Amino acid sequence: MSLAEIPAVLILAGLAAYLALAGADFGAGFWDLTSYVSGGAKVREHTKRAMAPVWEANHVWLVFVLVVCWTAYPTAFGSIFSTLAAPLLLAAIGIILRGTSYAARSAGHSPAASAVFSLSSIATPLALGAAIGAIASGRVPVGNAQGDLVASWLNPTGVVIGVLAVATSAYVAAVYLAGDAERIESPELVRAFRARALGAGVVAGFLAVAGIVVVGLDAPALFDGLTRGPGLAAVVVSALCGVGTLALLWRARYESARFSAAVAVAAIVAGWGLAQAPELLPGLTVDEAAAGRDTLVALLVGVAAGFAVLIPSLVLLFGLVLGGRFDQPPAPPGPGGLRPIGPRLGHGRGPRIAVVGLLVVGTALMLLADGPLFTIGVLSLLAFVAAAFALLVSGDAVAGSHGPR
Amino acid sequence: MTALLAAALAPVDQEYLFEARQMQALSFAVHIPLVCFGIAFPAIVVFVEWLHLRTGDPVYRTLARRWSKVMLALFAVGVVTGTILSFELGLLWPSFMATFGEVFGLGFALEGFSFFVEAIFIAIYVYGWDRLPPRLHLLSGVPVVIAGITGSLTVISVNAWMNAPSGFELRAGRVAGVEPWTALFANDFLWHELVHMYLAGYVVMGFLLAAAYAVAWLRGRRTRYVRTALVVSLTVASLAAPVQLVVGDWAARTVAESQPTKLAALEGLGATREGAPLHLLGWYVDGEVAYGVELPRMLSLLAYHDPGARVRGLDAVPVEDRPPVNVVRVAFQTMVGIGILLAAIGAVWLVVWVRKHRLPDSPWFFRAVVAAGPLSVVALVAGWVTTEVGRQPFVVYGIMRTEEAVTGADGIVLGYGVLVAVYAGLAAATGWILLRLSRAPLEDDEEAGDVAG
Repeated sequence: MSLAEIPAVLILAGLAAYLALAGADFGAGFWDLTSYVSGGAKVREHTKRAMAPVWEANHVWLVFVLVVCWTAYPTAFGSIFSTLAAPLLLAAIGIILRGTSYAARSAGHSPAASAVFSLSSIATPLALGAAIGAIASGRVPVGNAQGDLVASWLNPTGVVIGVLAVATSAYVAAVYLAGDAERIESPELVRAFRARALGAGVVAGFLAVAGIVVVGLDAPALFDGLTRGPGLAAVVVSALCGVGTLALLWRARYESARFSAAVAVAAIVAGWGLAQAPELLPGLTVDEAAAGRDTLVALLVGVAAGFAVLIPSLVLLFGLVLGGRFDQPPAPPGPGGLRPIGPRLGHGRGPRIAVVGLLVVGTALMLLADGPLFTIGVLSLLAFVAAAFALLVSGDAVAGSHGPR
Repeated sequence: MTALLAAALAPVDQEYLFEARQMQALSFAVHIPLVCFGIAFPAIVVFVEWLHLRTGDPVYRTLARRWSKVMLALFAVGVVTGTILSFELGLLWPSFMATFGEVFGLGFALEGFSFFVEAIFIAIYVYGWDRLPPRLHLLSGVPVVIAGITGSLTVISVNAWMNAPSGFELRAGRVAGVEPWTALFANDFLWHELVHMYLAGYVVMGFLLAAAYAVAWLRGRRTRYVRTALVVSLTVASLAAPVQLVVGDWAARTVAESQPTKLAALEGLGATREGAPLHLLGWYVDGEVAYGVELPRMLSLLAYHDPGARVRGLDAVPVEDRPPVNVVRVAFQTMVGIGILLAAIGAVWLVVWVRKHRLPDSPWFFRAVVAAGPLSVVALVAGWVTTEVGRQPFVVYGIMRTEEAVTGADGIVLGYGVLVAVYAGLAAATGWILLRLSRAPLEDDEEAGDVAG
C-alpha cells in the first residue's frame, strides 16, 4: 500500500464505523416510526435509552470521513460535493432535524419531535446512500459541479444503495437493540427486537441480492469489481456474516450477533473500495488525487495521535454502556467528597494581592511589551480570570444563608 | 492528470455568490453561540461540582446536575450545526477545498478528535451522575474542558490561516511545497483569534446564563439556587468581559499590521494619512465617515500606539479589492460598543460582590443583565462579521477570491431558503428544550430540602 492509499483506507474504515455505529442509531429511528403500528411506547423508550449515551460520538465518524477526504484528496472532495450538492444537502438537513429532534425528545414528550426524528432517521441514510451510489457508479466527474445535479444520484444504483442503507441500518439497529434488551433483562423487548432483526435481516439480504442485479444492469464497472477478485471476497464475507448473524439471532446469541452484524456491514464497505480501486473518480486514481507527501505524513501523524486518545476513550464509553453501568438506577450519593475547604478559599490577603498583581502585570505587558514578555502578559491575564473566579466563587457568601438572601 | 486538475480549479460563473455567502454566514451565526457553551460551560459545571465535593452543600450539586443537562442538549444541537458547516465547505466552496484542502485540512482533522473526546466524555459525565464514584465523575468532566480548548485551537488555526495564509507556494494555480504544521500553527493570527474567541465563549455563556436567572430573580424567585447560579455566571462573565477589551486591542493591532485594508474598512479610513482620527458612529460615504464623532489621532494611537503613526487607507488598494466598508464598520462598532457595555456591567457586579458579598439591590442591574445576554450574542456575531466580511473579497486573504471558490451547482437559492426554514425550526426547538429543562421541578435533582429555601 502506498502512502497515498492509506487515507483512502482510513476513509473506508471511518465509513464502516459510521454505518455500523451511527447506522444503528438511524435504524433506531426507523423502529421508532414502526412502533406506532406495533410495539408502542415501550419500543420507543428502549431505543431512546439505548442510543442516549453514544449517538453523538457515533456521529463524529462522519466528520472524520469528511476531514480525511478533504485533506488527503481535496480535488475529489470538491468534485463530489459540488456535483452531489442535492443529496448531500438533503443529508445535512436530515442531520440537523435528527439531532435537534433527538435533543427535544430527550427533554420532554413531544409527538412532533418523535415524528421528525423518525423521518429524518430514514431520509439521512437514504440520501447518503444515494450519494455513495453516485460515486460508486462513476457518475461524479472531476471538476466543479461537472456532473448532473439530479441524474448523478437519482438513478437505479443510487436508489438501490440508498434503500439498502436504510434496510441495513434497521437490521443492525434491531440486532443491537435485542442485545441491549437482554442486558436490561426485558424478555418482552428481546422477543420484539429479535423478530425485527430476523425480519429486517431477510429483507436486507433480499435487497442486497436485488441490488447486485440492478448494479449489473446500471453500473457494469462496479458490478465487475464486486464479482471478481478481492471485491468478490469482501462480498462473500459480508454475505456469510449476514447469514451468520441470522443464525446467531435464531439461537439467541445476541452479543455475538452484534459483532457479526458489524463485520457484515464493514465488509460491504470494504468491497466497494476494493471494487473501485485504484480509481477514486472516473479518470482520477487515488494516487493522482492525493495531496502532497508532507500533508499526507502530517495527516497520518495527526490521525495516529488522535487514535491514541480516541481508542481508549471509546473503549471506556462502550465498556460503561455495554457493561450496563448506565442501566443501573442512580445510586444515592454516599460520602466520597473531597476534604472540605475552610471558611473561604483565599481567606488571607496573599491570594488577593496575587490576583490583582496578575491583572496589573498582564494588562501592562499586553499594552506595552513585545515578544516573550507580551506572551507572559497574555498568560497572566488568562490566569487572572481563572484565579479571580476561583477566589470569588468559593466562599460561603455564594449560596448565601438559608432563606432569601 | 494536470489538465484534469486544472479543470477542477477553473472558476465558474455563479450568479448566486451573494446567497452562497449568506448561507454560510447564517450557518455560522447559528453555530457559534453553541460553540460558546461547548468551550466555556464544561469548565463552569465541573467547577461547581468541585464546589459541591469540597463543601458538601447540595445547592452546588443541584446546579451542576441541571446545568449538565442543558450542556448536553446544547452540545447535541452544536454537533449537528457544526457538521452542517463542514458539509457547506464542500457544498458551497468546492474550489476553495479542492485547491487548499491539503494546506489547512489537518486543522479540521485534529479538531475531529477533540470533537470525539468531547462527545464521549460529555456522555460519560452526564449519564455518570450517581453511577460513577464522585471523584471519578468529577474527573470525567475534565477531558471535555480540555477538548474545548484543543478544539477551538485547531478550528481557529484554519481561520487564522485564511486571514494570514502561509506554509505553501502556488505554482500554476496548484499548491506546492505545503508545510501544514507551519501554515496552521506558526501563524501570527492564531493566538489573538484563539484567546479572543475563547474569552468570548465565557462572556457569552456567562451573560446568557445570568440573563436567564436574572429574569427569575426579578420575578421574585430569590432562592439559594437562583442566587448561586447568578453569582457563578455573573462572576465568570464579569471577569472575562473587561479582559476581552485588552485582548481586542491586541487583535486590532495585529489586523493593522497584516491586514491594513481590513483595518481601514473597519474604521472607514478612505485616504492613507498620518495621525489618523477615529470616528464613532456615522456612515461611510465617498471615502470618509459622515455624521460621525471624530476623535483626532485616536486611530493612529490605538492601532500603532503612536498618535502620529501613518495608517493605510482604503485607497491603497483598487476598489475591487476592498471589502464592503459599511457592513464591516457597523459590525465592528457594534462589537466594540457592546463589549464596553458588558465590561461596565461586569465592573458594577465585581465592585458590589467584592465589597459587599451580596447581590446588587437595584432591579435595574438585573434588567441590564437580562439585556446583556442577547447583546453578548450580537457582539459575538458582529465580531465574526467584522473579521470574515473584512477579509472579503478574498476567501484566502490576498490569494483566492471568494468568487473563485464558489460552487458551479444550481439551486443555491432553493437550498438557502430550505436552510432558513430548518434553522427557524431549530431555534424554536432549542428554545422549547431550554424551557422544558428550566421548568423541570428542582426536586428532581436534589436530595436535601435545603436548596429551594
